[in-house]
Amino acid sequence: MKEQFIVREVARLLIPFILLFGLYVIFHGEISPGGGFQGGVILASAFILYTLVYGAEGGQRVLSSDASDRLNSVGVLLFAGVGVATMVLGGAFLAYNELLPAQPAAGQVLGIVLVELGVGITVFAVMVTLFNEMIGAARR
Amino acid sequence: MDLLGLYNYWVYIALMMIGFYAIIAKPNLVKKVIGLALFQTAAFLLYISIGMVDGGTAPIAWDPAVRYVNPLPHVLILTAIVVGVSTMAVALALVVAIHRAHGSVETTEIDRHDADDRE
Amino acid sequence: MTALLIDVMLLLLLVIAAIAAISVRNLLAATMFLAIYSLLMALVWVHLQAVDVAFTEAAVGAGISTVLLVGTLVIVKSDEEPTSMIHWPSLAAVLVTGAALVYGTLDMPSFGDPAAPANQHVAPYYIERALADTGVPNFVTAVLASYRGYDTLFETAVIFTAGISLVLLLRAAAPRRRREKKP
Repeated sequence: MKEQFIVREVARLLIPFILLFGLYVIFHGEISPGGGFQGGVILASAFILYTLVYGAEGGQRVLSSDASDRLNSVGVLLFAGVGVATMVLGGAFLAYNELLPAQPAAGQVLGIVLVELGVGITVFAVMVTLFNEMIGAARR
Repeated sequence: MDLLGLYNYWVYIALMMIGFYAIIAKPNLVKKVIGLALFQTAAFLLYISIGMVDGGTAPIAWDPAVRYVNPLPHVLILTAIVVGVSTMAVALALVVAIHRAHGSVETTEIDRHDADDRE
Repeated sequence: MTALLIDVMLLLLLVIAAIAAISVRNLLAATMFLAIYSLLMALVWVHLQAVDVAFTEAAVGAGISTVLLVGTLVIVKSDEEPTSMIHWPSLAAVLVTGAALVYGTLDMPSFGDPAAPANQHVAPYYIERALADTGVPNFVTAVLASYRGYDTLFETAVIFTAGISLVLLLRAAAPRRRREKKP
C-alpha cells in the first residue's frame, strides 16, 4: 500500500514535466539532438507511466482507444498533407521551399517543424496503441 | 592487416553472432525475439561505426572549422531503430496469438500440439 | 588513452550482457539484460558521437521494447525453458557466418579513418550545405526531414502499419480458436 502511494505521488509530480520535455524534444529537434521520433516516444512514456499507476481504466479515461486510433493516422496525414500543399503551391512533392516563396530557408524550417510534429504525433499514438493492445489482451 | 583499427568490427560481429545463435538455436519464441533485438542492435552498431571520424564531434553545426562525424549513417539507423521496434511489436503480438491458439511458446510443444490437432 | 579504455570496457560489458540475455532461463531476467544491453549500446553511441541515435535507442530500445516484452511475459507467463544445452549445428552455422563476416572486414578501412570512402561523396555535401539550404543546425534532422524526406514519410507509414496490425491481431476477436485438449 505504501509503495503504491509513493509511485502515485511521484508520477503525479513527474508526468507534466515528462510531457513538457517530450514536446521540447520534438520542437527543438532542429537545434539540438532530438526530433519527432524521440519526442513521440517520450510523450508515450508519460502516458504509459500514467496507465501503470492508475490502471487501464484510468488510461482509457485520459486517452481512449478510439482517440489513439484516430491519432495514429493524423501524423501521417499531416506529413503527406505538407507534401500535397507544396505541390498545390507549385513545387514538387515535399519541396518545402514553396511554403514561403519569399524566404526559402524559412520555408524549409516551417516544413521541417510541421513534418517533425506529424512524425511525433504518429509515433506517440502508435506506441500508446502498442502498449494498450498488449495489456488489453492480458485482461481477457 | 591493422589489428588496432579492426578489432572494433570483430567485437560487433561477435555481438551479432550471439543474437543470431539465439534466433536459430533456442526453442522458446520469446528468446528468439530477444535474440532478434540483440542482432539488430549490433548490426546498427556496425553501421554507425562506419560513419565515425577520428577527432570528429557530434553532427550539429556550431563552428565551421570543426570536423564533424558523418551524419548519413545516423539518419539511416534512426529510421531503422524505430522500424525495428515496430517489427518487434508485431513479432510479440504473433507470439501472443500463438500462445492463445496452442497454449505454449516452446516450438517443440507447439509442433506436438499442432500434430495432435491434425490427427 | 582514456578513450580506448572506455571503448574496451563498454564493449566488454556489452558482450557480457548479450551472453547473459540469451543464457538465463528466467525470461524476465533475460528482458532486463536486454534493457541493460540497449542502454550500454546507447552509451557506446554517445562515445561514437552519434547523439541522435543514442537518444532514440535509449528511449525506444531500453524503454518501449522492454515494456512490450514485459507485457508479453504477463500474458505468456512461461517463466523458464526446459532445455539449456548447446545446439551444435546452430553453433557451427553461427561460427561459419562469423568467420565469413570477419574475413569481409579485412578489407574495410581502419576504424575512424577520415579518408574512408563512406565519408567522401554525399556526406561532405550535406555537412557544408545543410545549414545554408535548410536553416536547421542539426544535420541529422536536416537530412532526415528535408533531403531524405520521402524515406521518413514512408517510415512513418511503416510505424502506422505496425500499430494497426497489433490492433488487428490482438483486439479484434475473442479467442475463438483455443483448442483445449480434454484428457
